Amino acid sequence: MADYKALEDLVIQVRRDILRQVHKVNSGHPGGSLGCAEFFVALYNELMERNDDFTMDGKNEDLFFLSNGHISPVFYSVLARSGYFPVEELNTFRLLNSRLQGHPTTHEGLPGIRIASGSLGQGISASIGAALTKKLNKDTHLVYTLCGDGELQEGQNWEAIMYAAGNKVDNLIVSVDLNGQQIDGSTDHVLPMGNVKAKFEAFGWDVMDIEKGNDLKAIISGMKKAKEKTGNGKPVCVLLHTVMGNGVDFMMHTHAWHGKAPNDQQLEDALSQNPVTLGDY
Amino acid sequence: MKKYTDTGKKDTRSGFGDGLTELGKKNKDVVALCADLTGSLKMDEFKENHPERFFQVGIAEANMIGMAAGMTIGGKIPFTGTFANFSTGRVYDQIRQSVAYSGKNVKICASHAGLTLGEDGATHQILEDIGLMKMLPGMTVINTCDYNQTKAATIAIADFEGPVYLRFGRPKVANFTPADQNFQIGKAVQLQEGTDVTIVATGHLVWEALEAAKTLNENGVTADVINIHTIKPLDAEAIIKSVKKTGCVVTAEEHNFLGGLGESVARLLSTQHPAPQEFIATQDTFGESGTPEQLMDKYGLNAAAIVNAVTKVTARK
Repeated sequence: MADYKALEDLVIQVRRDILRQVHKVNSGHPGGSLGCAEFFVALYNELMERNDDFTMDGKNEDLFFLSNGHISPVFYSVLARSGYFPVEELNTFRLLNSRLQGHPTTHEGLPGIRIASGSLGQGISASIGAALTKKLNKDTHLVYTLCGDGELQEGQNWEAIMYAAGNKVDNLIVSVDLNGQQIDGSTDHVLPMGNVKAKFEAFGWDVMDIEKGNDLKAIISGMKKAKEKTGNGKPVCVLLHTVMGNGVDFMMHTHAWHGKAPNDQQLEDALSQNPVTLGDY
Repeated sequence: MKKYTDTGKKDTRSGFGDGLTELGKKNKDVVALCADLTGSLKMDEFKENHPERFFQVGIAEANMIGMAAGMTIGGKIPFTGTFANFSTGRVYDQIRQSVAYSGKNVKICASHAGLTLGEDGATHQILEDIGLMKMLPGMTVINTCDYNQTKAATIAIADFEGPVYLRFGRPKVANFTPADQNFQIGKAVQLQEGTDVTIVATGHLVWEALEAAKTLNENGVTADVINIHTIKPLDAEAIIKSVKKTGCVVTAEEHNFLGGLGESVARLLSTQHPAPQEFIATQDTFGESGTPEQLMDKYGLNAAAIVNAVTKVTARK
């Protein structure tokens, strides 16, 4: 049984990390990062089987790929707080000579990252490749992927989605951060995507919803169900219904904070809504 | 003057296919991906021998490159196969981010490069791919000259850690390099020794350079002929050593003069040993339909054109 109090505390601390990272360099993507804080905390603390030492090959452990690399602040925070690198290094986010580049990369050797992402639409393909290698290596662990909903407008995703179903890549769980927002506005406004669930189903995936995508209990129980669906001849898609900017009242339900950092006053306001739990870096 | 014998015309893509077949037997980590051109890339034998290690991705090159990048995670060595145009321009960002920037051990194997693809025309004849690939940090770029060399290169790149672009062609061409050659990435091959001019050639133009050297020799002009199979990293030492001796250079390639081997040689010489240079390459143009021979003739990519360029460049010394 998960210690939800500890997980909730971690979520709040991760929110603080996100806000402080982007505030310091006056750049970065807080909205999507905040919306996925609970998902990342659940994934790294309750769902993935992970080895202590990071290796690029990641044999005999579950793997995670972030396709929408712009939500790097939440990825970096959770990686640091999961022991991949010192939390103090969050201080270097987006600074010159940092391993914490604006978008995640293997290029600077940051533990926890297995492929660069940022240019959108490439993560599902890489995840399929990693999942196929796991099968060839007779490694029964899973590959988890997160992509944005707006990101699904990139055509490469649908090449990958078609491939995974057609070739029974069933050791793969792709979660879609369904917050309905992208830079220029709501996804319905920018390029209506219609029924995402029906699209994945039509392509042959096993699709399920997590309606409360910012609720730890819902995420953990939902993702455990998703895990049970693996190994049955179909790739699994989880539609994670989240709120962009979750946990900071003035950032919620809007695309305005997709790629904008808070100013000093806004940071103070946002942090006051999320008081220190585990300690700032 | 050394004599080179064509042991029977063969296509370089078959060298790739046969190299891959051999790799399949000796390296269990080698996997192959193809975007609906298995026959054209001569990957059938690998597919038959190792169905579990062959991945038909369909007409979806972007996904193929991304999958290949992902397959390296866990130790596989993916070889992707499609035409050069669809191996590079179509998937540039996928190669840039998921392969090159991510430092993945993917071998991008590209057939039907250049004009000699022939009748399909300009939509399929890429003349910009060497430039696209050599501009990517960390990418090794290889353009082999015949069947034997392509087979040897295919086998050699499996043992090399890092992303590689291997470029070869469609038509049957002279097969003249040794079947048992030791292919060394980044190492130029000196084919003829001369003192009047250096001819640096890659790919299908290497045989034409040898033919040109024969004609030149009959006219009393001796040429260093250097086969640059690896355009990046460029064997600077071999080129500079030769040009120091001859004082001028002709570069020859089945590619646009912008971004190709010629430009790499020009950059090298301009910074280290300036010398007159002539470029045998396409002149910032698209190709068109025609037979390979007709096209190479029309666009000035053959022995006769190299001879003319040598006359021009030696006059500029």
